[in-house]
Amino acid sequence: MSIVSTSFFEMGGDAAFVWPAYGVAVLMLVGFALLSWRRLRAAERALERVAESDPAMSDDA
Amino acid sequence: MATSFNLHRFANPGRFLRLSGALLPWLTAGAAILFAAGLYFALVASPPDYQQGDTVRIMYIHVPSAWMAMMGYGLLGASGASALIWRHPLADVAAEATAPVGAAFTFVALVTGSLWGKPTWGTYWVWDARLTSFLVLFFLYVGHIALTHAFDDRQRGRRSAAIIAIVGLINLPIIKYSVDWWNTLHQSESILRMGGPSIDATMLRPLFIMGLAFLLYFLAVVMTRMKAMLLEARHRSAAFAR
Repeated sequence: MSIVSTSFFEMGGDAAFVWPAYGVAVLMLVGFALLSWRRLRAAERALERVAESDPAMSDDA
Repeated sequence: MATSFNLHRFANPGRFLRLSGALLPWLTAGAAILFAAGLYFALVASPPDYQQGDTVRIMYIHVPSAWMAMMGYGLLGASGASALIWRHPLADVAAEATAPVGAAFTFVALVTGSLWGKPTWGTYWVWDARLTSFLVLFFLYVGHIALTHAFDDRQRGRRSAAIIAIVGLINLPIIKYSVDWWNTLHQSESILRMGGPSIDATMLRPLFIMGLAFLLYFLAVVMTRMKAMLLEARHRSAAFAR
């Protein structure tokens, strides 16, 4: 098992290229998803606060 | 005017909010499952290339990123046209939501391509037609984002951005056919080509799974951003009304 996992992380000697490439992609994908989701949550919360203070605003239409 | 009336009915923000609410959980779950499967096939269950060794695994993120970068720009151009010609009420929102995501995918395609180029070509960068036109794509995205926010009058910024989005569409066929029209260090088309793909099935599988994962991810993030922007607009008008 240790031999397999060692060679997996070594990527046939090209670890210096393969892992940074995957790192950049994962960082971007996770980062953007998180930022977008947080922005949506913030917008939803802001609207909820308005709806609480003004019942007429709670109508979805 | 019947068509335009129907278009606007279909483009109703309230309708979009309900539709995105129904679709988002499915898109997110689908993307997560496909990413897990795609990463397994890309990193574990696919063979190293007989010439490139394990660096070929960079393809499974580089190529889908480039696909999304180009599809995103196509969407940007279409949104620009819908905004300018049909005054589609969601077009500007779609463009503003798409541009940063497309720019990010373009950036990832450029960086992963560079990291793939060093071990296989011996250089991180070369000014060949494919790489240069792809760098232009990145600048078009950046220009679009900058223009959108360049004016105090939001509508003016969006109009200018829509124009650059439409003009920049010319770059898409240049990117696609650059490898045929010019002598490039970048390899020529190996997926969408006459006579079928020239890549082995063991490598096509992870590529398509990752491609689909990227697509669902792209749609989910753009939809989330559009939804957030529409709710922000609703909040602004509510605050204004009070």
